[in-house]
Amino acid sequence: MPPIRTYHELTDADRSGLPEQIGAQRRRVAERLAGVGRVIAVMSGKGGVGKSYVTAHLARALARSGRAVGVLDADLNGPTIPRLLGIDHAPLPTSQNGIEPATGQDGVRCISMALLLEDGAPLAFKGPAAESFVWRGAMEASALREMLGDVSWGSLDTLLLDLPPGMQRYIELCDILAAPPAVLTVTIPTPESRDAVRRAMRAAAERGSQLLGIIENMTGQGFEGSAGDDLAQEFSVPVLARIPWHPTPDTWSALGTRL
Amino acid sequence: MKFLCVECDKQMAFEERQLPGDGTLAATFKCPKCGRVVAMLTNPMETQLVSSLGVEIGGRTVPEQPFETVRKMVSTGRDDAFDEGSEPRGHAAGPPSWSADAQERLARVPNFVRGMVKRIYADYARERGIAEITPAVMDTARAELGLEGM
Repeated sequence: MPPIRTYHELTDADRSGLPEQIGAQRRRVAERLAGVGRVIAVMSGKGGVGKSYVTAHLARALARSGRAVGVLDADLNGPTIPRLLGIDHAPLPTSQNGIEPATGQDGVRCISMALLLEDGAPLAFKGPAAESFVWRGAMEASALREMLGDVSWGSLDTLLLDLPPGMQRYIELCDILAAPPAVLTVTIPTPESRDAVRRAMRAAAERGSQLLGIIENMTGQGFEGSAGDDLAQEFSVPVLARIPWHPTPDTWSALGTRL
Repeated sequence: MKFLCVECDKQMAFEERQLPGDGTLAATFKCPKCGRVVAMLTNPMETQLVSSLGVEIGGRTVPEQPFETVRKMVSTGRDDAFDEGSEPRGHAAGPPSWSADAQERLARVPNFVRGMVKRIYADYARERGIAEITPAVMDTARAELGLEGM
């Protein structure tokens, strides 16, 4: 038997064209986001620090200042943005060209898994149950890609991406987008939060994301620490806002002007 | 993924894809020199991995639909998540009609994905000048377009 030729030595066209199909998906995202001024990922290495709350109110503040803003709720398993933007469920208009986003308070456009799932139902996929962790991550990344590339965002000044805790979704985003998104980091004052957020910021910096700054949330009572200042110094970025437990619209407006 | 006929030292060409409905996939490849055909059979896990990337083995037969992976693969989607609206404009012949049997069959497709499936069948019929979609037309389209999963 002659030596068996390798994959790369077979040069006939591969009709499946899987790399080309993936390439087409990426182009679709890039074309869709061509009308978006900037994409900002709101992230934190820590859960429960108020990322979604900050994202929604920041989006509204930017919209009130006259900017066209969209929010993509990238927390596929715990989506909360529609509720925070006061969006009641209504079927999303759909055509061959894409899905129309929902519109929330102050005209903020939004897409979220919460708009697609049965009330109270978890995000579940068809497929073999055994060892589902093997494919579930890829399925969620595909859902994220479709939320970026199949929504008719139109012309936006800013698209905010509300990420779940941890780094996985951020890494998926970097793979899907042509360039790593700018990152806005949310922390609470505690050293525990600081340590978790530090890891996330370091990973984002290593991936090439621009670190826009830090928002220290839930300040003033209850939580002790200086996470915002510590991280700002360590990464040479500003603390863009310190959000008290009971912020006013001015709190958010001030943050909006600093972005 | 490529297949080599070792005896002929020729790359085999993709022939056909089948989704039997049990989560598995069958794809056949043929040697252009000796004509030998082999079938690649993937188990449900392997099939799922490919599906999760939103790609089609054998290549795409219809353009990727908006939220195609979400609509095909999410099992907890709400019935009224999408509003498909009216048929696309710009077709002089107008939308094809649906026979009663075809409508009944379409009604068995879960709502979450039904609009997308209906659009694919309608486009298929329109492009071929078919005025009425019947179960036979749906069967032909399924076979031609590789819509076994829909």
